[in-house]
Amino acid sequence: MTAPPHPESSPAACRGGVLDREGALAKLLIAPAVIYIAAMIGAPFVLAILYSLSDATTGDPGLRLVGLQNFQAALSDPVFRLALRNTFVFTLVSQSIVIVLSRILANALLKPFRGKGLVRFLVLLPWTAPISLGTIGWLWMYDSIFSPIDWVLRYLGLLGTATALLGPQTNLYWLGVPGLAMASVILVNVWRILPLATVIQLAGLSSIPRDLLEAAEVDGASPWRRTLMITIPLTLPIVSIAFLFGVVFTFTDLVVVYVLTRGGPVHMTQVLSSWTFFKGIEAGDLAQGAAISLFMFPVLAVVAVFILRMARRTEVV
Amino acid sequence: MGRVEIRGMSKLFGNVRAVDHVDLATNEGEFLVLLGPSGCGKTTLLRMIAGIEEPSGGDLLIDGRVVTHLPPRMRDIAMVFQSYALYPHMTVYKNIAFPLRARGVKKEAVRKKVEWAAEMFKIGRLLDRKPRELSGGERQRVALARAMVREPSVFLLDEPLSNLDALLRTSAREELRQFQRRVGVTTIYVTHDQIEAMGLGDRIVVMSQGKIRQIGTPMEIYQWPADTFVATFVGSPPMNLLEQEDVLLGFRPETFLPTDAVEGSEGVVTYPFEVTYLEYLGAERLVYGNVGEKSHARHVVSRLPGSLTLPLEAGKTYPFAVARRDLRQFDRKSGLARSGDAA
Repeated sequence: MTAPPHPESSPAACRGGVLDREGALAKLLIAPAVIYIAAMIGAPFVLAILYSLSDATTGDPGLRLVGLQNFQAALSDPVFRLALRNTFVFTLVSQSIVIVLSRILANALLKPFRGKGLVRFLVLLPWTAPISLGTIGWLWMYDSIFSPIDWVLRYLGLLGTATALLGPQTNLYWLGVPGLAMASVILVNVWRILPLATVIQLAGLSSIPRDLLEAAEVDGASPWRRTLMITIPLTLPIVSIAFLFGVVFTFTDLVVVYVLTRGGPVHMTQVLSSWTFFKGIEAGDLAQGAAISLFMFPVLAVVAVFILRMARRTEVV
Repeated sequence: MGRVEIRGMSKLFGNVRAVDHVDLATNEGEFLVLLGPSGCGKTTLLRMIAGIEEPSGGDLLIDGRVVTHLPPRMRDIAMVFQSYALYPHMTVYKNIAFPLRARGVKKEAVRKKVEWAAEMFKIGRLLDRKPRELSGGERQRVALARAMVREPSVFLLDEPLSNLDALLRTSAREELRQFQRRVGVTTIYVTHDQIEAMGLGDRIVVMSQGKIRQIGTPMEIYQWPADTFVATFVGSPPMNLLEQEDVLLGFRPETFLPTDAVEGSEGVVTYPFEVTYLEYLGAERLVYGNVGEKSHARHVVSRLPGSLTLPLEAGKTYPFAVARRDLRQFDRKSGLARSGDAA
């Protein structure tokens, strides 16, 4: 007696096989991510480590290992030490400013008011513009002769007369004076990161149940105490994430410094990423460049661990 | 201490009148329940008393003092939210201590008060836990403790039992009532649950569409509803309403019984009751059916006690009756109760 063919064993049903096996499907779906990470992050990272231990140059990229020489050379270089210090100043100062300003902006955007949509759009705009174009815009703003900022200051009488608050000279030379150059670079970076931080803070603030703040109000807490005891502790995890993301973006950023000052005047705004670029690419010393860039790795690794921890904490609360 | 007086209070949300010229005054130490369907404005009214909603008009007095535009912290009130609104990042101890710390009470005094409150609500062993580690019933106790710890003159509760399961709700209701009697704080309690309202309230305020429909003791509300809204909102199943000429005739399902079971010194009104459907609920039977002519609203329910074992069948007609003293009359147009009760 021959049984009729079982519908599930027909060729048409077999074609659905891979999609029905969860193990195989999982591997298939995760493969693009694994390939991407291995090719675009893993391989360059391994290559950087190999270069940093070699004497490779752009003219001769062969790998002859020379041990830790490149790291020793970097540490004994005063420009490297300055760049290292500048990187921390640049990152921490700009991110501290960003956190304060983004909280203020987020608080303002939480309240309903006329034209809120427009304000929100304007706040987000710097984030959508290509970073290099935005920075070139700032380069013009900081122009040593035609700076519109200087023009406004002169117009307000704060600059260019004998009794002016900022001095009798006609221009401030934003990118030409050491302290001011660092301040200018930090300002542009704040402008750049602020939208992201504001959006993250806004998400954090609006995730606090209204009941909680009302309960605190009825419980007799002043606005100041509500902020200190309820809002800040409850938004701390997400604010930390905004801060740490900002740290990563700033710590590794090359464009702002490269476009505005090229590390000048005399390396006063040099940071690790720009110094890596100048040493490794423009001067052709691949090995030195790789070694300098690897100094960023421990800091970024620690930040990454914190981000992951914070992300978990926000899930729990 | 603790007399709340509301004068002509309104709240507009856009064009919607959430609360419409409400006048209301509590007695001292009273348990007042605001009862109404969702969206009737009862919670908005409570939030205005608390001070977390700004009224569009009218005045609020607490102990004779106008507090309409004062922030909540200057009103000497405490509130328990429907969600309990416990601070998730603080331990139970810190949650209860919060209102005291906000008032600058000294640490040692805070500790004593928190322990006193924890003792009162039997949550002493939970003081080190975070709210997420508590059950629903425990959270509700913590919220009550936090509200009571600074001994306010008015206590506001927004559906505090609605997140508890049915069994817990019954015991929590009993505890809440006993506790309120003990401390004697004027309490305003919002609920949409008529059983809660009847069981807890010294007086009930029935609200609908932003207006007060009736204020009275549970018995007054149930026996003498002021209009057809109250008559049909309170009571389950609701009061039967029969159209009769220019009036609506109302009677409670438990007063509509087989003729033999009705006693009435003032006489009875009998109806042929055409049974359509029966529900056996253990302690009682609900009998659905029609009376009178087809052209009128004539669907009525009878609620028979379990002790009445008379056999009834769907599709048959039986003689039923209501005692005259149990009949209520309402105006057909306005729905308002008419004085004089007999049909």
